[in-house]
Amino acid sequence: MGHPKKASKFVANSKRMHWHDKALWFVRERRDLATHQLDEWEELRRVASEIKTHTMDRLDYYLEEFEKNATQKGLHIHWARDAKEHNEIVLNLLLTHGAKRVVKSKSMLTEECGLNPFLEKNGIEIVDTDLGERIVQLRKEAPSHIVLPAIHLKKEEVGKTFEEFLNTQKDNCDPTYLTREARKHLREKFLTADASITGVNFAIAQTGGVVVCTNEGNADLGASLPKLHIASMGIEKVIPRLEELSVFTRLLARSATGQPITTYTSHFHAPIEGGELHIVIVDNGRSDTLSNSDFKESLNCIRCGACLNTCPVYRRSGGHSYGYTIPGPIGSTLGASRDLQANRTLPFACTLCASCSNVCPSKIKLHNQLYRHRQNVVKAGLLGAKKRAILKVSSWVMKHPLLLDFVGLVVRKVVPILPRSIVYSKANIWGRGREVPKFPKKSFKELYKERKK
Amino acid sequence: MKIGLFIPCFMNELYPKASMATLKVLENLGLDVEYPMNQTCCGQPMANSGCYLEAKELAKRFLKIFKDYDYIVAPSGSCVAMVRVNYAQFLEGEEGFEHLKNNTYELVEFLHDVIKPTTMNVSFPYRVGIHNSCHGHRELGMASMSERNFPEFSKIKKILSLVDDIEFVTLRRNDECCGFGGIFSVTQEAISVAMGIDRVNDHLNAKAEVITGIDMSCLMHMQGIIDRQKLPIKTMHIAQILAGEL
Repeated sequence: MGHPKKASKFVANSKRMHWHDKALWFVRERRDLATHQLDEWEELRRVASEIKTHTMDRLDYYLEEFEKNATQKGLHIHWARDAKEHNEIVLNLLLTHGAKRVVKSKSMLTEECGLNPFLEKNGIEIVDTDLGERIVQLRKEAPSHIVLPAIHLKKEEVGKTFEEFLNTQKDNCDPTYLTREARKHLREKFLTADASITGVNFAIAQTGGVVVCTNEGNADLGASLPKLHIASMGIEKVIPRLEELSVFTRLLARSATGQPITTYTSHFHAPIEGGELHIVIVDNGRSDTLSNSDFKESLNCIRCGACLNTCPVYRRSGGHSYGYTIPGPIGSTLGASRDLQANRTLPFACTLCASCSNVCPSKIKLHNQLYRHRQNVVKAGLLGAKKRAILKVSSWVMKHPLLLDFVGLVVRKVVPILPRSIVYSKANIWGRGREVPKFPKKSFKELYKERKK
Repeated sequence: MKIGLFIPCFMNELYPKASMATLKVLENLGLDVEYPMNQTCCGQPMANSGCYLEAKELAKRFLKIFKDYDYIVAPSGSCVAMVRVNYAQFLEGEEGFEHLKNNTYELVEFLHDVIKPTTMNVSFPYRVGIHNSCHGHRELGMASMSERNFPEFSKIKKILSLVDDIEFVTLRRNDECCGFGGIFSVTQEAISVAMGIDRVNDHLNAKAEVITGIDMSCLMHMQGIIDRQKLPIKTMHIAQILAGEL
C-alpha cells in the first residue's frame, strides 16, 4: 500500500487528523518563535550547510581522523557495511560481555537496522528508555516521528497501554501520573541493565568523542550505569572540530522543539571507570547516496524533525503513512534514495510547497530532491501505466494548439449539458470533495480574437 | 517595450475573465501587450510528475514562442516559477534562455518590480484574505516566508494597498499550502481536500469575504471546496481586483 491509501485512512478521521496537525503546528510555531529571536539564524544555517557539505566531501578523511583520535582515547571503533553487519557486531559485543539486558536511548539508526527484533530473537531483552519510544515499543509500533516518536497517540491511549503493561490505575491518563509510573518502570530497567546502546548526534573527528542530545537524560543514565556502552552512528554524523559543534547544538533544539538547547548535551570521550565504550560506524547505503550529486545533500540532515513539523502533508497523514523508518520530507528523499521501487509513492507525498527546504537548519533543498526523485520514478518505469499515458497524451495535445483549442471547445460545450450523475461519476476524483469549475462559454483566446477584430 | 502575455493553459480555457483582467490591468497602465496565439502549456504538470522528456519539449516550444518579447508576464506565480526556476534543467545554454529567465514575471511582481504604479484608480470595498501560493511565495519570493528570519514584506499586499477601500484580514497560518499541488490534487485527493478545507476555514474564521491570490489553480481548488460546502466566501484572482471588477 502506497502513501496515498494510508494517508486517506488517516485523514478520514477528521477530528484526530486535526488534533495531529495542531500538535505539530504548535511545535512549528515554537520553533519560529525561537529562531526569530536569533538575529544570526540565517547565518547559522548557512554555516551549518557549509560545514556539512565540506565534511561530506572529505568524509573518508574525517572518519579516519575520528577513528584514530577515538582509539587513542580508549574507545573501540567498529565498521559496519550494512544493517546486518551492524546488528551482528552489537550482538557479538553483548554476548562476549555476557549482557542479557540492554537499555537503549533514542536512535533512528537502530530502527533503520531493525536492531530490536534482531536482539530479541537472540534472547536479549532490549528496552527503549526514551518515554515516547518506550510507549511505541510496548505497543509494538514504529515511531511515527523522529523526535516525537509517539506524537500520533493520545494520552488516553498511552494510559491504556500503561494499564496493560505497567499495571497503572484503570482509566488514569494524567500525564504527570503516567510519566512518574514510566520513570519507576524505567529506573528498574536502568539499574539492572548489563549494557546500554545509544545513538550519536555528532562525532567529533578532532577529539575522537561523540555527543548525544536528549531531553530526558536517559542516554546519560544508560551510559553511566552498565559497564558496556555501545553507540551506533551513521557515517554522516561526523563533524570536523569541537568548535563546529556549537553551530549545530544551537540549530538542533531550536529547529526541533523551539528550545535554545536540548536539556542534556552529553559528551562521551572515554569509557566509564572499568567499562568499555564501543562505537559502531554504519554505512547501510549512505555512501551510495554520497556518490549521487543529486541527493548527497540529504546526508547533511541533523535529524531535528523540523521538516516533518512544517510539512502540511505529514501533519495530515501521520508518520506511519510513509512506510519508511524516517517519515516526512527527509524520509521521503532518503527512502527513495535507498529503495526507489519500494518507496516510489513518497516523492509524490508532497505538494512542492517548499516549506521544508526553508525550515531545514542545514539548508537541504528537500523539495528539489523530491522533484528529482520523481524523474527517476518515471525513468525506472514506476509511475504507473495510466498516469504515464495521460501525461503523454496531454503533452502531445499541448504541442498542437489548434487541437487544444478544439478539445477545450468541446469540453466547455459538452460538460455543462451533462447530467450531474455523469460529471460527478466515480472517475471524477477531483469531484469527490470539490465542485468542478463553472465552464465559460468562450476561452480567453476566443475573446481576445473577437476584441482584435 | 513589448510584453508577451503568457496565460496558463487552464486559465485560457476555464478563466477567461481573470485572463482578460490581466490584459486590462497591463493595458490600463499604457503598456503594449500581445498574446501569442500558439502558446499552450509551459509543461509544469509534466515536469512535476517526473515526465522530464515531455516537459523539455514543451519548455523548448515555450522559449521559441516567447523569446523575442522584452518582458513575459503571466497571472500565475506557479507557471512563472516553472520558467524561472525549473526551465534551467531543460534549456540551460539554449539561445534566448537567459533573456527569457530574467524577463518572465508574475503580474503583481511585474507591477511591483518593473512598472511601480503609484495608484490603480480602482476600489474594492471588501475584507480580503491573501492566499500566498507556494511557488510564488517561496520560489519567486513574493513575500517574506514564515520559516525564514528576514524582515517582513509582501509585494502582493503592497500592490493591493493601491486599491481604494480594501481591507485585509490576518490569518492564523499566513503561508500554509492549500493542497492543490497540481496532480497532487488528484493522486492525493483526500489530503488535498483536507488541506483546502483548512485553508478556506482560516480565511472564514478571519472574517474574510474574498480570498484572493496570484494563482488561479489554488483558487480553483478552494472555490471547488467552497461551492461543495456552500460556504459564505468566494475566491477572486488578484487581476480582477486590480482591474476594478467588483
